[in-house]
Amino acid sequence: MSRARVAGRGGSEELRRLEALQAPADLRGDRLIDAVGTYCPVPITRTAEALRRMAAGQVAELLADDRVVLLDMPAWCLSTGHEYLGFRQEGGEWRLFVRKK
Amino acid sequence: MSDSARRPVKAVGLMSGGLDSTLAARLLKEQGVEVIGLHFNTGFCTVDHRRAIGRKDEDPRRLRNPALQAGAEAQVEVRVLDVADEYIEMVKHPKHGYGAAANPCIDCRIFMLNKARDVMKEVGADVVFTGEVLGQRPMSQHRNALDMIEKETGLKGRLVRPLSARHLPPTLAEADGRIDRQRLLGIKGRSRKDQERLAEDFAIEEYPQPSGGCCFLADRNFGRKFHDLVREEDATGRKVTREEIMLLKVGRHFRLAGTVKAIVGRDEAENGFLDRFSPGRWRLHAADHLGPVTLVQGEPEQGHLETAAAVTARYCDGRTEPAVRVLVERRPAALGAPGEPEASLVLTVPPAGEDLLASLRVGA
Repeated sequence: MSRARVAGRGGSEELRRLEALQAPADLRGDRLIDAVGTYCPVPITRTAEALRRMAAGQVAELLADDRVVLLDMPAWCLSTGHEYLGFRQEGGEWRLFVRKK
Repeated sequence: MSDSARRPVKAVGLMSGGLDSTLAARLLKEQGVEVIGLHFNTGFCTVDHRRAIGRKDEDPRRLRNPALQAGAEAQVEVRVLDVADEYIEMVKHPKHGYGAAANPCIDCRIFMLNKARDVMKEVGADVVFTGEVLGQRPMSQHRNALDMIEKETGLKGRLVRPLSARHLPPTLAEADGRIDRQRLLGIKGRSRKDQERLAEDFAIEEYPQPSGGCCFLADRNFGRKFHDLVREEDATGRKVTREEIMLLKVGRHFRLAGTVKAIVGRDEAENGFLDRFSPGRWRLHAADHLGPVTLVQGEPEQGHLETAAAVTARYCDGRTEPAVRVLVERRPAALGAPGEPEASLVLTVPPAGEDLLASLRVGA
């Protein structure tokens, strides 16, 4: 099989940038989703469910303690087009912010 | 030209995050098809379980959701669907039977494709796609199985398998030229070489190795424990809960009576996992030694608790002592509420012998 190499790195680089993105200290969400004690993909499905009931431009704030959500949430945002605004760590928990597209 | 012929084709597909489904999505996207990937939370993913167990030395990058990563890199929308409750019911009595363990591969495909068909209709898509490769998996990917799955899901003419399309009859969208069949592939069989080359072309650097090892249902030891639990449900009529199925993923399991089981943690992480499920169950641990957390589910009699205590003693650091004191408690059923035990006693028992363990053990 011979194929031209297809550009595909753009997504990877953007993903790495988003994974490291820290949210501003004063950022607050319009709606809080408490997913502490649950594991991915539950924090993602709950965020998706919340966003469905929110208006475009509003910000969902997810509270989670599964550290893998720090990788999965930016990936999900990049895949779906919602804007990932970063995370803040609070002890063993994280707050992640997503603006609805 | 009709409206449907002018607008871009829209495809909804199954995306596990494995290489094949990722490539299938990329092949369609590359020719201008609008792609939505569906990723299912079935409750049986081994990676999701490793997250839940939360071993501290585990690299989080090895635990990330590969479908979301693939979707992000390809800029393909991935929707995550939690189907676990419904999926569990399907797995208990699959119409087409199991593989070597508790893996109902054909029914699983049909289940997921039915969901994809529903989303296809909901979003006005034209086709469903999968990363299936003809002849790759013995149970679900031989030609007869592919045909039968297509028929049972009502997707005849609407199910595109971009990696093997050239070996299969054209779908409606290929036949009318809206999907360019010449840009789909003719991969067949178990070799991975074509897919690996294609991954390089698409600059896909990270992808999980295909093995079937990412599903608990394909694990023979899990399968034995699963079938044991379903036999209990069939014999008693008591509906097995999602929690009980989740508990099959950890520990050593011992059936003490018809509906009474003991689950013994094998390490600190499993003990922590079991502790989360201790409300509403009997919880045992050695009073004077390091050792496992044991949960007893069902309604045990005193004799069952004594046996569970002996099993707990066998796996604690005092296993060579003539007798071990085991603390036995039952906490209220509200999850997350530690509360005071409803019942508490200390049993002094000799550690269980190998014969007793062998007679009670479920699975390996």
